[in-house]
Formats: sequence, C-alpha cells, structure tokens
Amino acid sequence: MDPFTVLTGTAAPLLRANIDTDLIIPKQFLKTLVRSGLGRNLFHEIRYDSDGRERPDFVLNQAPYRKASILLAGPNFGCGSSREHAPWALKDFGIRAILAPSFADIFFNNCFSNGLLPVTLPGEAIESLAACEGPLTIDLPAQQVRGGGQTFTFEIEAARKAVLLEGLDEIKRTEANLADITAYEARRRQEAPWLDIQKV
Amino acid sequence: MSPRTLYDKIWDEHLVTTRADGTSLLYIDRHLVHEVTSPQAFEGLREAGRPLRRPNAILSVADHNVPTIDREKGIADETCRLQVEALEANVASYGVPYLPLLDERQGIVHVVGPEQGFTLPGTTIVCGDSHTSTHGAFGALAFGIGTSEVEHVMATQTLPQRKSKNLRVRFEGALPAGLGAKDLALALIGRIGTAGGTGHVMEFTGDAVRALSMEGRMTLCNMSIEAGARSGLIAPDETTFAYLKGRPLAPKEALWDTALAHWRTLASDAQASFDTDVVLDVSALAPQVTWGTSPQWVTDVAGRVPDPDQATSAEDRQAMLRALEYMDLKPGTPIEDIALQAVFIGSCTNGRIEDLREAAAVARGRRVAAGIRALVVPGSGLVKRQAEAEGLDRIFTEAGFEWRQPGCSMCLGMNDDRLAEGVRCASTSNRNFEGRQGRGSRTHLVSPGMAAAAAVAGHFTDVRRLMGA
Repeated sequence: MDPFTVLTGTAAPLLRANIDTDLIIPKQFLKTLVRSGLGRNLFHEIRYDSDGRERPDFVLNQAPYRKASILLAGPNFGCGSSREHAPWALKDFGIRAILAPSFADIFFNNCFSNGLLPVTLPGEAIESLAACEGPLTIDLPAQQVRGGGQTFTFEIEAARKAVLLEGLDEIKRTEANLADITAYEARRRQEAPWLDIQKV
Repeated sequence: MSPRTLYDKIWDEHLVTTRADGTSLLYIDRHLVHEVTSPQAFEGLREAGRPLRRPNAILSVADHNVPTIDREKGIADETCRLQVEALEANVASYGVPYLPLLDERQGIVHVVGPEQGFTLPGTTIVCGDSHTSTHGAFGALAFGIGTSEVEHVMATQTLPQRKSKNLRVRFEGALPAGLGAKDLALALIGRIGTAGGTGHVMEFTGDAVRALSMEGRMTLCNMSIEAGARSGLIAPDETTFAYLKGRPLAPKEALWDTALAHWRTLASDAQASFDTDVVLDVSALAPQVTWGTSPQWVTDVAGRVPDPDQATSAEDRQAMLRALEYMDLKPGTPIEDIALQAVFIGSCTNGRIEDLREAAAVARGRRVAAGIRALVVPGSGLVKRQAEAEGLDRIFTEAGFEWRQPGCSMCLGMNDDRLAEGVRCASTSNRNFEGRQGRGSRTHLVSPGMAAAAAVAGHFTDVRRLMGA
C-alpha cells in the first residue's frame, strides 16, 4: 500500500452533511471485479446530468478542483453501505485525504485499508480551510493541517498512523500473530464445540 | 470480575490477543459472503498466494445482483452475470460452501444466515455488507466490513479491532397494535440521528423488544447501522432458542444443550455500565414515514412535511431544503396527502415471512391503486415457499402486486428492479438516500403494513384504518 506522509494539494469543498456511500459511488459501478478505474464515476449522480454531461456547478468539475487531492466535507461523511468502492473511487480520482467533522465507522476503517487519511477536525476549522486560497498541506507525522496561514492539529490513533506512514499490509501484520490464532482456535474447539461446521 | 455488558462478554470471548500497538485481534466465527464485495478479496488472496483459513466458517450466496423474475433463464445483464459467475468460480476453487441461485435456500445473505442456523448467539459475524448488524438480533456481535477486511478474515479468521462504546436503548411501554419493529427503528433514528450511534455498539432492551419475534428483532438490529452504530444487539432468550432449534446448521442433541447453557449467560449484567443511554416511550407511537433523503428525517403518518425555517441551524436548514427539493415536497404537506407511484415490499430489513404476512393482511381482498407498481420480493426461497404455502402469493397477485423471486432487488436496484427518475416509492427497505432505488427516485421508508396500505390507498395512510381495528 502507498505510504502517506506529507501531502500538499488542492482541497475541494463539498460541505454537505451525511454524504453517503451511494452518493460517493452509486450501485451501478459496484459490478466491477477490480479495485481500479472508479475515479471517473466518483459522485456520479451529482457530477453528471442524466445524459452523462458534466454539471458545471459541481465542485469537481471546476478548474482548480479537477486535480484535487483533498476533500473538505460535512459531518458523518461516508455513512451508509460498507462498499470499499467508495474509498477506491476517491483514491482513483486522486483524493488522498478527507477532512470532515466526523466519519461513519465502516468508511473510516476502509480508508486505512487504502492509504487514505480521514482527518477529523471541527466544522469551523474546515469552513475556514475551505475559505482560504491556495493549497493545503496535511502533515501526518506532525498531525497538522496547514493552509492560508492557519495551522490545525488533529488526533489520530498511533496504530492507524503507523499503518499509513509505513504503508503496512494489515494481513501481513496479523500473520505475525498466527501462533496466537492457532492457540485460540484449539481452545475454542474445547470451549465452544458447537461452533464447528462440518458441512452445509 | 466487574459487571459486563453483553457486548463486553462477546468481545472478551473473542479476543485472540492485544497487540503492542494497542489494537485487539478479534476472532471471527462466521463470515457471510456475497458477489458484490468479495471478488477483489478473492483476487487479493490469489495474488498473495495465501490459503483461505477456514472455508467452512463461510456461507456464500449471490443476492445483490440477481434477477427476481425468470431466473431459470439465466442472468441477462452481462455485468451482473459476470459477478455472480466470479463468485461461483471463487467459492469452487477455495471450497467455500455456496447456495446456488436456483437452490431453494438462496436469498438475501442476512435472511439466509439465520434461516440456516449459521447465525448463532454469542458469535462474531462479519460480511462485506453494512446490514450485517441484522444478526445482532440473536445476541451475536455482527458488523459490516470492507473488501480488504473480507480478505483479512479469509486469510486469518481475525480482524484488528478497536473496542466500541456501549450504548443502551430502552424502549419503554408496549407498542400499539399495527406497529412493529420498523416503527421502533425509524423512531429511534429520528430521535438520535444517523450518526447517533457512531462509535457504539447498541443494545436494545425493554418490554417492546422482548415482545418482538425474531423477524422483528432482525428488522430492528438491521437498522442499527442507519443510526451509525457498529452493531445492534439483543440478548438471546426463549424466543431466540425456539427459532434456532432444528435449523440445519444449529447444534444438535448434546451439543445443543451445551450451547444452550452458554447462551443463557449472554445478557448484560444487572450492574453493567453503559457509556450512553437512550430511553424511548413507545406506548403512544404512531406509524413512521420518512420524508427526506436520510432515515433520520422521519415523522408520524399523521404528521406533516416539516418546514426548513424551523430548523435549529443554518446547515440543517440548507440540508432540509435540498432534501425537500430532491423529494419534490413542500413544507406543511400532510404525509397522508403524498401520492405514490411505486411500492416495494422486501429487503434484508423487511423481507421475512412475518413481514409478508403483515403486508398480505392489508392487501387481502383489496386492489393496488391505479397508477401504482407494487413489488413483493421475498427475502429467500424458503420465505417464498412458506408464503406460498400460506397462500400469501395469491393474496398479493389478486390484489395486483407482482410476486417475485428472492434477492436484494429494489432496495438498491443493482439488478433490473429500479425506479425511474422522479418516481415516488413507499419502501420497506432501509435507506432513502438520493438515487438509492434508481437515479432521481424518491424513497419513503415505512413498515410492511404501511407499504401495503399505501399501495391500496395510492397515498400514505395509517395502516390501522385498514386493519379493522
């Protein structure tokens, strides 16, 4: 996975609350068998009209934001379904960090599986970042967002931070605990023998 | 040991190890797999050359993409067919148990798991689907995961987790006749909002919950994700055990007794402390109808579309204005004046036998109103068979409803069951997001009885008026 350290880029404001995963990537694009290529379908229903033409009023169709690598959003971003297609689509478009006052649980987890950084900041901070000119810098080692002469500090769990900074493969990490897992399974077979399924 | 909640107990029992970085490795007992969120996980395993650790801990079935009509002829839509074929090839090559499309046991993954006795109290259950919370109705810790996590579970049978907070919801009083679990769920979300449960596992308690059947409990836990919760939980009791006994994958004979003894310990201790408590008196609750594009935007059937000018903040006002524009509704409109063009009865929320009985009781001897297309989609082949044995299919078809084959169908419209732009639908599903049932479609979430009542009336109406009560 691509590590995430310091990112400087254009931040697109989409300051609505409750941006759900159906809005981020609608169902018709979930039929893919691969992780790539979803960027063009990101926010499909609000980005294109029913004839497939770009809506000029949508932020990602406007000049500086076509190359945005940061998204500024309202609270409860990513609510709804568990589809990892949502972070895949954001990443494929070029977004590497999302700043919002809060995130939905499953989406938040899915970001870290894909090297995306969800940053939780108060709504006022996000609004003031949206108002500033020029690029923003997200400094993960320092846990800071800087832009327009402002600096905001954010919290992130140490384990999550390490995964992003080093681009760690979670499965590989867990494989270091294989002996623990095997021991657990042996114990569990004794304690809860009814859980073993032989045949469906 | 200090008093623990039900969630604490299940967590403790599944803790494999706590790692140096503070994360916990949680063992996963059961994994449900469907065609949409698994192909990239299987591909990941294959690319890394990793084996699948416990194929028999998985139950797989295609549900999101499947046609609900003439499926014997195959899947006409090529991308849908490819995804189902990919699942079939993957499960065959990894030896994963699979219920084929034409098997009578096929259905929506969250209907099938409980039916087969795959879902058991005290287990951890995951699936690449947010409505995995459904299985919490059995006192299982069940939650939706992304595809990378699906791959993680396939490879290791564990997930790195952070413990959530404990939230207790107490529904006080008895639910009035004609109301059900869907009304409880919508009323709760209306109260605490779609982020009200974020960071929490939600345990449902109170007499109104104890009185629910397993079907009702599944509806309630299913919707806990719409309140933002990681999981919903209901402590197992005699209702749970009676439902499970004799299910194909439930323990048998001596093992059943051993399991039962353990399951009886699965309740929050009397002195257990919860981080958050929510209490709702439901004794005077009325049937719920959503009016906006979020499940939290809900009101009584006797209510009106709210006025954004009454919103408590400028942001809320903006959001409500946008929702009303999308829904093509004017502030102050009585809910009962809202006319419909479509009705959908089904989904992992309300596609079980009891839901169909509730809807059929309203449809019996009546006709679907002119101009309404009404679909009934059983949650599984076994639900369909049971409904047909009870004659519910004939009640529906004689009333003008379409009687379909099982699948997720119009809840999200990945197959051909989609709404056209601007069509307004009373739906028993779980989400009324913009475009959920089709681009530009307008969804109102209701109970099965309310959906059937709307179908025959042509607009929303209090189902209790049609119940001869």
